[in-house]
Amino acid sequence: MSTLVIKDLHVEIEGKQILKGVNLSINTSEIHAIMGPNGTGKSTLASAIMGHPKYEVTQGTIELDGEDVLAMEVDERARAGLFLAMQYPSEISGVTNADFMRSAMNARREEGNEVSLMKFIRELDSKMETLAMDQDMAQRYLNEGFSGGEKKRNEILQMMMIKPTFAVLDEIDSGLDIDALKVVSEGINQMKGENFGCLIITHYQRLLNYITPDHVHVMMQGRVVKSGGPELAHKLEAEGYDWIKAELGIEDETVGQEA
Amino acid sequence: MTVETKLTMTEQDVRSFSALHSEPEAFTDLRVQALAAAEALPLPKPDKTKIINWNFTDFPAHTVDSSTYESLNELPEQVKSIVDLEQKNLYIQHNNTPAYISLDKNLEQQGVILTDIQTAIREHSDLVAKYFMTEAVKAEEHKLTALHAALLNGGVFLYVPKNVVIEKPVQAVFLHDNEEASLFNHALIVADKSSSVTYVENYISTVPQAKGQANIVSEVFAEDNASVTYGAVDVLAEGFTTYVNRRGVAQRDARIEWALGMMNDSNTISDNTTFLIGDNSVGDTKTVVVGRGTQKQNFTTQVIHWGKNSDGQILKHGVMKDSASSIFNGIGKIEHGATKANAEQESRVLMLSPKARGDANPILLIDEDDVTAGHAASVGRVDPVQLYYLMSRGITKQEAERLVIHGFLAPVVNVLPIEGVKKQLTEVIERKVR
Repeated sequence: MSTLVIKDLHVEIEGKQILKGVNLSINTSEIHAIMGPNGTGKSTLASAIMGHPKYEVTQGTIELDGEDVLAMEVDERARAGLFLAMQYPSEISGVTNADFMRSAMNARREEGNEVSLMKFIRELDSKMETLAMDQDMAQRYLNEGFSGGEKKRNEILQMMMIKPTFAVLDEIDSGLDIDALKVVSEGINQMKGENFGCLIITHYQRLLNYITPDHVHVMMQGRVVKSGGPELAHKLEAEGYDWIKAELGIEDETVGQEA
Repeated sequence: MTVETKLTMTEQDVRSFSALHSEPEAFTDLRVQALAAAEALPLPKPDKTKIINWNFTDFPAHTVDSSTYESLNELPEQVKSIVDLEQKNLYIQHNNTPAYISLDKNLEQQGVILTDIQTAIREHSDLVAKYFMTEAVKAEEHKLTALHAALLNGGVFLYVPKNVVIEKPVQAVFLHDNEEASLFNHALIVADKSSSVTYVENYISTVPQAKGQANIVSEVFAEDNASVTYGAVDVLAEGFTTYVNRRGVAQRDARIEWALGMMNDSNTISDNTTFLIGDNSVGDTKTVVVGRGTQKQNFTTQVIHWGKNSDGQILKHGVMKDSASSIFNGIGKIEHGATKANAEQESRVLMLSPKARGDANPILLIDEDDVTAGHAASVGRVDPVQLYYLMSRGITKQEAERLVIHGFLAPVVNVLPIEGVKKQLTEVIERKVR
């Protein structure tokens, strides 16, 4: 079993403090969901875990099986087992989706032990089928000209090919229609197992109809303010966030900026 | 560097060289006149690059003798790897010596001509007289075109008759392996009405240093409804002063596409101009460049629209490292009367080091109201957010940069029609950006 432990995490972007002490612990075989209104720091947490160059951790720790994640470069974090499905994936012209994914897989292997082309193609084809993606998307340039929905599927495709230990999915459901939401959920559900842990960041309970989380957390003002089981998500769907704000005496749940 | 204004070749030298190759009198006269004009004519003035102190006139020898090849097995390995050994339509020039030539028998029977330029000057003088430096490039344009006409010492001639479609690419390889050699090469490509051909040329130096001049001119003619695809990978050694002028003339419904991989290690001035003379003609130019060391380069790409409904596309992507500097001038010119013409261009420069310099300079000159035009230009570093994205998948920073750079230069690599040449360009890029 692997564990990702986040303690007292404080993060700034361009001098402005967004996260103000996040505590969270995720084990493999668990699915966690972080919910919360806009601007409460959910995406900042995702970016800070992966090491986005614009986000500065000013206090706290992130450890993966006791290893200091914050001391690692972005690529080292990925090779250590972390994955982030991004809300706004970059477009890279001239690099085909397939070449990129093979490079990513080979980055985890020793030289001379690269994944064979045939095996790679077979696996890619089958995962693309699961996600109902056109075969030609393998040969298209990475995310270039992809629709919003295609980009989201492509993020999940990468996750399925790379098979990380922990995946953080940053608003993977936003902008997806119901059919796309179902296939993306199917992809995520296929990953479930004792060697995989997942942190799903979402505004909406809708996604959680297809993926049942073991733990649900609510973020406000740059902190996790409430945690519970799947029933918490249902309550939020039915009653909104006001009752939590009332319970905790919070007036403005945001950290003062879209994050 | 001192500038030698006195030319190293005399009229007598030019006459003897012409006589040695049994050139027709008219061609000898053309050379002699061009030589006389060269002394007084000014250098070209590529926008934003000062070349007044560049040495375009000194060279140790006008011609050097090199070996010919009986079969492709005798080719040096570096050349073998870029030639498809099944290739039937092939011209190889070894420094100044036509070293190997072959043309598919069927094409020969259909009237296709593929030969070295000296043979063409002798044996196809009517075609040469019609097209050689008359319309696309003129000898009296400036000092370098005049010198080119006077000192021409190599090149290739390709003629595709009416309605002939050549399916397989025609390849020309110019091997430079003698540092004394100078290349005054001329490629003359004529695609007659409704014909179609893909021509790919390689300039390859297998010696690290050159002492001579590379003054290269290509003229491409696409007659009505003809189509010419012109691919080139230039990898000339440091030490040359390279002037390369590739121009095309497209008539009605004709199409000229360029895919130029400009990978020289020498200082280089490049002119790539397409004249869209006929209505509905199309010019598509793609150029990729890598500059390194202290290289200075200027790439001027022009598409000039005369024809109605003509379409011109310019794409230029350059990568600059070390202290290399390059100017990318893109000029879309629409003449009066070229209604419904469309001129588009995109120039992008990627800088890999703080001392590198790159300047993208898009110019639209429009003398007609009923047209469409657009341009995009950018100069910058590798986007840190792109690197973050690639690295977040476990790819190292170095490999991520490599992917972004290769992707950036892919527009030309991907359209080259010969597998060996594609691979060669990829490897040259790899070597140059490392």
